[in-house]
Amino acid sequence: MRLIIRRGGFFLATLWAALTLNFFLPRLMPGSPADRIIAHLHGAVDQSTVRAIEQSLGIGNTQGIWQQYLTYLGHTATGNLGYSYSQGEPVSQVIAGALPWTLGLVGITTILAFALGTAIGAVAAWRRGSRFDSVMPPLFVFTTAIPFFWVGMVLILIFSVYLGWFPSSGNVGQLTVPSLSPGYLGDVLDHAILPSLTLLVTGIGGWVLTMRNNMVTTLTEDYVRMARAKGLSPTRVMVDYGARNAILPNLTGFAMSLGFVVSGAILVEYVFNYQGVGYYLLNAVGYDDYPLMQGLFLIITVAVLVAILLSDIATALLDPRTRTAG
Amino acid sequence: MAHALADDQPGVTSPPQPGPLLEIRDLCVEYVLESGIVGAVDKVSFDLNPGEFLAIVGESGCGKSTLLFGIAQLLNPPAEITGGSVTFRGRNLVQLSDKDLAAVRWKDMSVVMQSAMNALNPVKSVGAQFRDAMRAHGVTSQEEIGQRSAEVLRMVGIDPEHLKSYPHQLSGGMRQRSMIAMAMLFTPELIIMDEPTSALDVVAQRSLMAQIKDLQQEFGFAVIFVTHDMSLVSHYSNRLMVMYAGQTSESGPTRKIFDSPHHPYTVGLTEAFPSIRGPRRTLTGIPGNPPDLARPPSGCRFAARCPKVMPRCTDDAPAQYPVEDTLVRCFLYDNAGGVP
Amino acid sequence: MAIPVTTGQGAGIPEPGGELTAAGPRRGTALRRFTRAIRTNRKATIGVVLMAIFIFVSLFPGLLAHQSPTAYSSHIMAKPSAAHWLGTDNIGADIYAQVIDGTRSVLILAVAVGALTTGVAMVIGVAAAYLGGIWDGVLSFVTDVLLVIPIFPLLIIVAAYFPNAGNSLLILVLSFTGWSYTARQLRSQAQSLRNRDFLLAARVRGERPFYIIMVEIIPTMTSLLLASFLTNALYAVLAGSGLQFIGLGKSNNVSWGTTLYWANQNAAWTTGDYLWFIVPGLCIALLGVAFAFINYAFDEIGNPALRPLSAAKARKAAEASTKRRLASYGARAR
Repeated sequence: MRLIIRRGGFFLATLWAALTLNFFLPRLMPGSPADRIIAHLHGAVDQSTVRAIEQSLGIGNTQGIWQQYLTYLGHTATGNLGYSYSQGEPVSQVIAGALPWTLGLVGITTILAFALGTAIGAVAAWRRGSRFDSVMPPLFVFTTAIPFFWVGMVLILIFSVYLGWFPSSGNVGQLTVPSLSPGYLGDVLDHAILPSLTLLVTGIGGWVLTMRNNMVTTLTEDYVRMARAKGLSPTRVMVDYGARNAILPNLTGFAMSLGFVVSGAILVEYVFNYQGVGYYLLNAVGYDDYPLMQGLFLIITVAVLVAILLSDIATALLDPRTRTAG
Repeated sequence: MAHALADDQPGVTSPPQPGPLLEIRDLCVEYVLESGIVGAVDKVSFDLNPGEFLAIVGESGCGKSTLLFGIAQLLNPPAEITGGSVTFRGRNLVQLSDKDLAAVRWKDMSVVMQSAMNALNPVKSVGAQFRDAMRAHGVTSQEEIGQRSAEVLRMVGIDPEHLKSYPHQLSGGMRQRSMIAMAMLFTPELIIMDEPTSALDVVAQRSLMAQIKDLQQEFGFAVIFVTHDMSLVSHYSNRLMVMYAGQTSESGPTRKIFDSPHHPYTVGLTEAFPSIRGPRRTLTGIPGNPPDLARPPSGCRFAARCPKVMPRCTDDAPAQYPVEDTLVRCFLYDNAGGVP
Repeated sequence: MAIPVTTGQGAGIPEPGGELTAAGPRRGTALRRFTRAIRTNRKATIGVVLMAIFIFVSLFPGLLAHQSPTAYSSHIMAKPSAAHWLGTDNIGADIYAQVIDGTRSVLILAVAVGALTTGVAMVIGVAAAYLGGIWDGVLSFVTDVLLVIPIFPLLIIVAAYFPNAGNSLLILVLSFTGWSYTARQLRSQAQSLRNRDFLLAARVRGERPFYIIMVEIIPTMTSLLLASFLTNALYAVLAGSGLQFIGLGKSNNVSWGTTLYWANQNAAWTTGDYLWFIVPGLCIALLGVAFAFINYAFDEIGNPALRPLSAAKARKAAEASTKRRLASYGARAR
């Protein structure tokens, strides 16, 4: 329990750091962000929009900087993330529309990559010396070095252009109406397969390699030998005594890898025009839509923090030593 | 109660047979490395009778733990058995398939390792690990498992409350004793112990040894006990085997070897231990280092450090020569009829 | 003790004794052992060869490409031909020349970021471990926060404020955001070293903390530092190309990432100019692979337990040993 409180405190601190970055970054950059936005709109804006923009950036000429800062924090806490002029709607609405797509694609694919990668790594370590083990690790070292976007483009080339099996862009067909019908869901799936495959191919390698290395070391431990001595079945030894211990460093590593996952997600959404959070972020950059950029940055940070919290909980569940360490 | 658990599978458990429980013949274990082959155990042979307590002593690196794991078929690559046989109750364990081996494991032969902190799975409770062992051998009733687990813990003086504990929550001594309890689950005929007391302080060591001896006398199992501390086993073992550089240098009844050691190495060992009650004398060590087992010397392996070395020793390798009840691998005792 | 057989923790895997071969012990220098390790480990060989090729290309681009990578020409979007091996892009510039010329900027990026990141991480990580107390608390907190905050979006936002940044800004930005993971690793290794005897001895001798850090701790951590350098270089290649690909950090600098950017802008996969994006992307992948393989190979060389086991080799070795054993028994007296 105390662990959760400490972690919670850390997360709040990180959130605060992200917000502060968000606040001060525009002010540190040359030029006034508001001016740039106005330039984008070719000056064709009315006062209220300008004020809304300034407010969402926390800029108000009438207040001192600390006052602006507090106002900004206050606004964020109440969910007022400002107005996105490039999308023509409040930032929070843009986020609400894009988030589910990203969570679905990235969330599911990451979990899949973790699960599959860990399993393959465990089996490779168990069967050391076999052909499986001599082929897999070099193969996956290779896949960890390939850039996401390139894989995406290659897959588009193969599956979309040559074979015409899957669409190359969008998260859903242009003319379909959102519903829970099989037709719609099927279309969603159709559009999600290539991006998902891209993320899977590039992401899985890391898990395989670290799990394999952890497992190899774990298998030399005395308690594994002891398990064999007790006459337990090979599967049980591999899973209960080997994998359950080898996976623990992987879980902590999960938190570290999230940065990688996020970057991959953004690039993949870009390549496939998949309208999730990453896509809108890059879009916002093109339009100098700072409120939207900041709002998206914030939501990405929150998502990462939640994921870390979940992996911490999973570690506490699997490793009794962390529970007593508090 | 104990043997009621050992469900009879055909051909595995049978009424006690006359003759040795365990026969080791010319067992060889080698480490196959990229840089060469290291012979860790070189043609070791001995017999073990039911209920006997055999101590194997030697310095670090002499191969005693490797021998132990070779007997228990628990070697990890790159170590492998490259020759000889391990016959347990008439069956050669080296040739058994994994499935047949699994039936023998724990029921008839169990293992106690050196460091319980490393030998117990850190993510499972003690009780869960007991349960694993029992379920692997066909005991499925929750009640039976619970009863037996509590029973063996009480045997070693631990409150059954601790079945729920995780290894890191127990003290060192308790962990070691719960390992022994686990080894007793099926009251096997042979328990193999690899330096189980090395991780403990002196007081805990003695109490653990006494406990082991008590259990042995009550349940009648045989023990192979590996240690580098000769004095520890002097009271408890019937027979003693001294190993050096992968070979047996002297073996025989414990008391005889202590009272009159024959092999120069054994002499050196006994003179290295002070006696609390005996007369004060200067302690002597054994200068030099053991040979490199990747390229073992062609003659006697102890020749380089032996105070009684003869020219013959570096050319020929001695066999084991009988001296009363002991076997000594030294040319000093060469008479006709040596055992290689 | 000459015998490599260990007891204690279950007589597991012994440390292979130095340079023992069937022919006899070989006393090699560190360099000789190093090159031998690279030659025998397949991954290391591939990695080193690839890296050497790239380094050569970056040093002597003029030898391999004779056309300018940025010159306008009238042959727009031409297919591969004898004059233009990979075709031309949307302004008629030769793609092959772009790939060759781009090598240098990518390598500079990789090496600079790798070194800078590792350097910063080293200073912070070791200082945190060595100074302890409140310094450790503050530094670790900053490290952890930077670790958690998603870097790539941050990079995008920063780069958005500087639309015409060149390579140098990219290097700075990547380095100052990417050190946190390495700092954590170095800190924990430094911590485990902190109370080792040789350091206590240095302290007792009266050495000052700075000296101890520089002369005693850091050299012990060379293998980790090297691995960090390689990892961070790989990170720089992928992240840098990624940023260039989405159009940030582009400048007049020719680089694989910017070539890919243009390829994407012109939808190269629909116009049939496949090589335009396949080749630069492949180069990024191969350079990344070179770094990754070398890194992985060092891992294996340092930790024998991870080396690939060859079952066939082991069996053959065992047979050879049995034959030898039988021969030697024949020579023994009874």
